[in-house]
Amino acid sequence: MDWVNAVVQGTLLGGLYALFAAGLSLIFGVMRLVNIAHGDLIIFAAYLGLTVTMTMGVHPLLALFVVVPVMGFFGYVLQRGILNQTLGDDLLPPLLVTFGLSVILQNGLLEIYTADPQKMNAGALETASIPIGSLSLGVLPVLTFAIAVAVIWGLQWTFYRTALGRAFRAVSDNQDIAQLMGLNRRHIYGLAMALALAVTAIAGILLGIRTSFDPSVGGGRLIFGFEAVIIGGLGNLWGTLTGGIILGVAQTVGAKIDPGWQVLSGHIVFLVILAVRPNGLFPRVSG
Amino acid sequence: MREPILNMSGLNAHYSDFQALYGVDMDVAEGEVLAIIGANGAGKTTLMRSITGLLQNGAGQIFYRGQDISGLRADQVASLGIAMVPEGRQLFPSLSVEENLIIGGQLGRKGPWNLAAVQKLFPILEERRNLPSSALSGGQQQMVAIGRALMANPDLILFDEISLGLAPIIIKDIYEALPGIIGEGMSAIIVEQDISKALSVSSRVYCLQEGRVSLEGQSGTIERADISRAYFGIE
Repeated sequence: MDWVNAVVQGTLLGGLYALFAAGLSLIFGVMRLVNIAHGDLIIFAAYLGLTVTMTMGVHPLLALFVVVPVMGFFGYVLQRGILNQTLGDDLLPPLLVTFGLSVILQNGLLEIYTADPQKMNAGALETASIPIGSLSLGVLPVLTFAIAVAVIWGLQWTFYRTALGRAFRAVSDNQDIAQLMGLNRRHIYGLAMALALAVTAIAGILLGIRTSFDPSVGGGRLIFGFEAVIIGGLGNLWGTLTGGIILGVAQTVGAKIDPGWQVLSGHIVFLVILAVRPNGLFPRVSG
Repeated sequence: MREPILNMSGLNAHYSDFQALYGVDMDVAEGEVLAIIGANGAGKTTLMRSITGLLQNGAGQIFYRGQDISGLRADQVASLGIAMVPEGRQLFPSLSVEENLIIGGQLGRKGPWNLAAVQKLFPILEERRNLPSSALSGGQQQMVAIGRALMANPDLILFDEISLGLAPIIIKDIYEALPGIIGEGMSAIIVEQDISKALSVSSRVYCLQEGRVSLEGQSGTIERADISRAYFGIE
């Protein structure tokens, strides 16, 4: 039964990893930009959430209503102001600039919030659980997983059922011809980054309720996000959710074998999948 | 002479160090169908890219209804009412047939063309509307590309090499449909390597050779020998 428990808990953890990954996947899908600062942006969102809960005295989940729009706006400005300038045929400039952004974010957070680990207080939500048979499911992990599924569904719907999603796909397919249709790709890229960072805000708040965080932990979240995206296959959001779940299960099962193996076993499963299926489990069918 | 809708004066176009157009002077009258012919590498596609804003040149070279559009981005030019059927069709592979058409009309300009009108012109596109655009045959893809440009309700429409890579029977169909398409008061520029096709649908013709205008004349009266000279640059 312990093993079943490990798998279930890992699946729920995978929801959080899918939220880490969804923004990365979206940005790469629309503009072929690999955002090295993604993990630090998640932590940045967590600190924003912390500030909102402290100053306004609200529950962390209510802070979402402030942090999500703020991160979305920040994403649009960041894209229009800086990242658009780096996009072109060369993949190196966006990597360097987002790496620089990562350093700035980490050190900025260190200056403001110090290196002390912080945590958001969500009260009873943190410890509440639902007993199912001999298993006990935490309400927070279940809620996180449900939010992840809802976010992925929402992104998928936006991508395939709305004019904005049509514009995302058109610009991703062919920038020049999309411009001929009257789409300003710089604006579309700004909207894509806004959407990605809005998702990042959700991920950051849920992370900050679940565990403690400090300015240096962004890199680890970036790696988990990357692994979930690659396992699932680039450009496939449901694949990203599956990738997150596989990573989460690998970690909890690894931890069950030996607590020291938690992170390592996730990486090993990632490497095995990368070796066997270099394009991930569910690569997007190319047109 | 009717009022020109598009006017180019001394247009120079460059791809970094390489100059592709040298002092091109050209105008298109309101409602006119203009043909541009020329060999590979003569600068036809560069000219199209310059007009649509995909290639930006210095200010004061291209005027649309009297407005200098030389420095505008492609999406800004599109919103003024210039649409293009690009060489090689270039549909969006991630979009369905219908989505390709809808995105052509996303600027919301008023006019006779909408989804229903395009599907009436090309009924096969309604039948296959939910297929990915890459699943269509070359001729059907060309219909989507033409429909996509019409959806913008442009005042000036550019056709870049629409017969390239298509079977002769399909080229014939498309050229037979063309006058009906352009007939709604639109102006058009048709770029074509097939000279007789170009002359048959246009009222005036320009010939480009190595980035310069080598001949200009009325499509109906122009001499074949002059065209050969202007086209190949041999005496």
